[in-house]
Amino acid sequence: METNINVKLKIWRQANPQAKGEFVTYELHDIPTDTSFLETLDILNEQLIEQGEEPVAFDHDCREGICGMCSLYINGHPHGPATGATTCQLYMRRFHDGETITVEPWRSAAFPVIKDLMVNRNAFDQIQQAGGYVSFNTGGAQDANAIPISKVDADEAMDSATCIGCGACVAACKNGSAMLFVSAKVSQFALLPQGKAEAKRRVKAMLSKMDELGFGNCTNTGACAAECPKNIKLSNIARLNREFICAKCAD
Amino acid sequence: MEENTKNNVAQPVIDSKIPEGPIAEKWTNYKAHQKLVNPANKRRLDIIVVGTGLAGASAAATLGEMGFKVLNFCIQDSPRRAHSIAAQGGINAAKNYQNDGDSVYRLFYDTVKGGDYRAREANVYRLAEVSNNIIDQCVAQGVPFAREYGGLLANRSFGGAQVSRTFYAKGQTGQQLLLGAYSSLNRQIKMGNVKSFNRYEMHDVVIIDGRARGIIAKNLVTGKLERFAAHAVVIATGGYGNTYFLSTNAMACNVSAAMACYRKGAYFANPAYVQIHPTCIPRHGDKQSKLTLMSESLRNDGRIWVPKNIEDAKRLQAGQIKGSDIPEEERDYYLERRYPAFGNLVPRDVASRAAKERCDKGYGVNNTGQAVFLDFSEAINRLGIDVVRQRYGNLFDMYEEITDVNPGELANTINGVNYYNPMMIYPAIHYTMGGIWVDYELQTSIKGLFAIGECNFSDHGANRLGASALMQGLADGYFVLPYTIQNYLSDQITVPRFSTDLPEFEEAEERVQANLDHLMNIKGARSVDSIHKELGNIMWDYVGMARTKQSLETALEKIKALREEFETNLFVPGTQEGMNIELDKAFRLRDFITMGELIAYDALNRQESCGGHFREEHQTEEGEAKRDDENYFYVSCWKYNDDDTKAPSLIKEPLHYEAIKVQTRNYKN
Amino acid sequence: MWLFKSSVGRKVVMSVTGLFLILFLTFHALMNAVAVYSLDAYEAVCEFLGANWYALLGTAVLAAGFVIHIIYAFILTLQNRSARGNDRYAVTARPKSVEWASQNMLVLGIIVLCFLVLHLFQFWAKMQLPEIMGEYPTTGEQALEAVFSQPWVCIVYLIGFCAIWFHITHGFWSAFQSIGVNNDKWINRWKCIGWWWATIVMLLFAVEVIALTGKFAWGWECVGAC
Repeated sequence: METNINVKLKIWRQANPQAKGEFVTYELHDIPTDTSFLETLDILNEQLIEQGEEPVAFDHDCREGICGMCSLYINGHPHGPATGATTCQLYMRRFHDGETITVEPWRSAAFPVIKDLMVNRNAFDQIQQAGGYVSFNTGGAQDANAIPISKVDADEAMDSATCIGCGACVAACKNGSAMLFVSAKVSQFALLPQGKAEAKRRVKAMLSKMDELGFGNCTNTGACAAECPKNIKLSNIARLNREFICAKCAD
Repeated sequence: MEENTKNNVAQPVIDSKIPEGPIAEKWTNYKAHQKLVNPANKRRLDIIVVGTGLAGASAAATLGEMGFKVLNFCIQDSPRRAHSIAAQGGINAAKNYQNDGDSVYRLFYDTVKGGDYRAREANVYRLAEVSNNIIDQCVAQGVPFAREYGGLLANRSFGGAQVSRTFYAKGQTGQQLLLGAYSSLNRQIKMGNVKSFNRYEMHDVVIIDGRARGIIAKNLVTGKLERFAAHAVVIATGGYGNTYFLSTNAMACNVSAAMACYRKGAYFANPAYVQIHPTCIPRHGDKQSKLTLMSESLRNDGRIWVPKNIEDAKRLQAGQIKGSDIPEEERDYYLERRYPAFGNLVPRDVASRAAKERCDKGYGVNNTGQAVFLDFSEAINRLGIDVVRQRYGNLFDMYEEITDVNPGELANTINGVNYYNPMMIYPAIHYTMGGIWVDYELQTSIKGLFAIGECNFSDHGANRLGASALMQGLADGYFVLPYTIQNYLSDQITVPRFSTDLPEFEEAEERVQANLDHLMNIKGARSVDSIHKELGNIMWDYVGMARTKQSLETALEKIKALREEFETNLFVPGTQEGMNIELDKAFRLRDFITMGELIAYDALNRQESCGGHFREEHQTEEGEAKRDDENYFYVSCWKYNDDDTKAPSLIKEPLHYEAIKVQTRNYKN
Repeated sequence: MWLFKSSVGRKVVMSVTGLFLILFLTFHALMNAVAVYSLDAYEAVCEFLGANWYALLGTAVLAAGFVIHIIYAFILTLQNRSARGNDRYAVTARPKSVEWASQNMLVLGIIVLCFLVLHLFQFWAKMQLPEIMGEYPTTGEQALEAVFSQPWVCIVYLIGFCAIWFHITHGFWSAFQSIGVNNDKWINRWKCIGWWWATIVMLLFAVEVIALTGKFAWGWECVGAC
């Protein structure tokens, strides 16, 4: 049932990438528990604008958990305390009256802060550009049903392809590793016949790009998979390791 | 442009450049005779593509593959986040893999009929024709479509069709198709054919000697305006649903790029055709920022109902009983009752209006009286919860996260029949069929300016069928524009690259800058969102699901007053240095206001009901939409008249149907 | 060389050396069991593993395994800390499925290292080292008596075993994950096998240490008497 609660938001404010940031605490009153967390930030921003202050900058777009734009490290969890959901799918009924909610940006050397809670995740695009594709030109495809693919493989590839590239895995990892993200893409193509032809090239290129961009080494803590809003599984990382080791041994 | 003087009004003649020949041969003929650009010359031609959704990303990637130099802009932090990603249900294609009698013609026919006979026939036929190539293309890219145990592709049914032709990847088809296009785009970025600009927003289009030659875009991180020149400009910036403030569109979806083209002389076609999606989660408080769509695929197994008795409805509204307390025989499955042939799978406009009709009569089922039930009890009893969860599990979870109600939970047993918690749904603004006017080549009324995807108007008529948006976006981007743009570029090969120091660029940038300065300097008292919400309310109340002459006139008056409020009482905090999210929103709101007016003008002009446009004065006795083919069998093209405060002028593109007999839409039998 | 340059390669090195060390621990525990059973038999084992070529080679390989594992641990940790960036989170929370050990492998490893140094000083420095240097080594029984006649050693050793237990419960399945021998089914199997393996081997060590302390400090006659 809908009720109203009061909360304190302890938010990281940082004017630009070079500036030194700090936490500022804001009080919000009478927030209906049916309100989403981002709508609560909207309410805060309206309040700030009314006072002539600059609103809190945060990334958000689709607000239905699929675009991967929203981030936010809330009370020690990327995308907040709910599991299998992004920040935009987090509702205030998860918090209790009078709670102080700490909101921080993703923190990783590869994701520098742009402003307040917004970070630059361009590194993910660069990893994808390194090899996250099947090399063929538009128009050259054969009939879609020409190669049967087992339902098991197709479903597993779909599970891996579900990754929304939000960066929660990197944010959750104490090592700032991007392995879960990279492994999800590599797995999708490794499981499908279409991706096989350049599988070796792909895994080497994507991994070396990942290393080059300053992401950490995976130590298999599993925090990435535990915090992933799309429940991407750790077995993807094993597959990535396997693909990479085989590719290197084949050299 | 040529002038004619029919009806004593000077009107530019609209040339939609539809190729000669029978409908099935038009596209083949076009491709056989169009002009091409040779590979060496392609390298010397630059193309700007604004937007990275299905249409934008696929076009940029394909143009890059062909060898053109492409500049690709995206408002989000990565091309992969464009709002196409949120499409849930699927993509149509006439593969006939299910052997249920599908064909290119039938897909074409269903789409034209679904669009209430207001689409351009030749465009739709082409769309149906290339639909099969899209599926082939996506599978080759590694898109993990759903499959049967035999390893072949699976299909599901969607509204407005009697065949199963929708390909899907769980409830995330848009995501998978976009990631496919994004992967092709990435390949071209790596190869250096496409240069990608993220967190950039197009603010104006630059016209030199009557041709689009570049854009002014703002770097949203630095706050600086930048100039980009090219031989042609393609906009793929999506629809204008956010004019209504609350819609299923993403927060950054806006109409500014389209409005910039409109102000520079591109016609805006059929703005009144706004799609209202029947299955969205109903509104709650006034703090809401967007409406969440529940996929149309739910209507495959979900049944839509309200109580038969008004007393039950009243008790539901008062919160005294729950939906699961009402037994089968007391439920009114109004879609199955009214449309036996299509049942719960009628097209979206029909389903939305039927829901509104029940709620207006007082049968709404939540505290606002603005909701109907979508019930899975029958499906769960028939198939078991596991099968139902396998199909819709992620949607059930999403619904529960938002509303705290689990639709898969057994709630009641009456006379031995199990009743599960029904979902509550209500229609919401979802998609816009109208858009920048384009000809058969997808070129706007400005030479060298192309519009693709939801941004243009061409293929859906007055209503879009489910799973056709993805089809159209990808058709335009992969298979249509890359051909037709060459027909334009073939005589541009001798034109050298442009300098961005030309006076036209200078002047365009100055105008944008002046506009931004103005927004900063109003220094009033109201936030952007507070004004936008007010615009949204006006639009929903007066230009929403049911429109009348009077409501539209009221809307025009109210929007005029709101523009005044915006121009004099807006407050934008901060400076123009660096990122200023409020300034960006203010810039977009100015265009939403103009767009809102444009929708109202068009709705006022179109004195008939068709598809997403419903005029209460024009309905049958049974409450169905009543078209007026005699007077309104045309595309309304609106031309900008120098100033936002002036009414636009109407130009008509008459529709010619050769292959299909225009008739009243019938989903009853 | 990808084993040094790539992150996955570095993890393969950690994994292979780690698995090797787990194997070594297993043999070590079995060998110690001999001492609890019969000190005479233990003496024979010690002589067999004196300063002959195969024992020296084995020692060298073993030492290399330790050294590489430790050096890589520090390199990886340094890289990982810099990947995390300069700003730390103000609030962190550990998700339920994340093992405590997995986030504290370096700390556990350092405890194990300290224990190892003590252990080497107490045994290797008295037994194999003098032999290599050409001096007369202490016998196995003498060394055991010198060490386990002091009850505090027992406590320190048990702490060391705890650290190793934690280290292996994560390290075992993690090693298989790193070399790619894992999937959705096997992840729980490896975790289970690793848990039992670590528990059995460490319990064996613990029993041995307690028994030997019992013998040399408290006079339990039966230990090693067969």
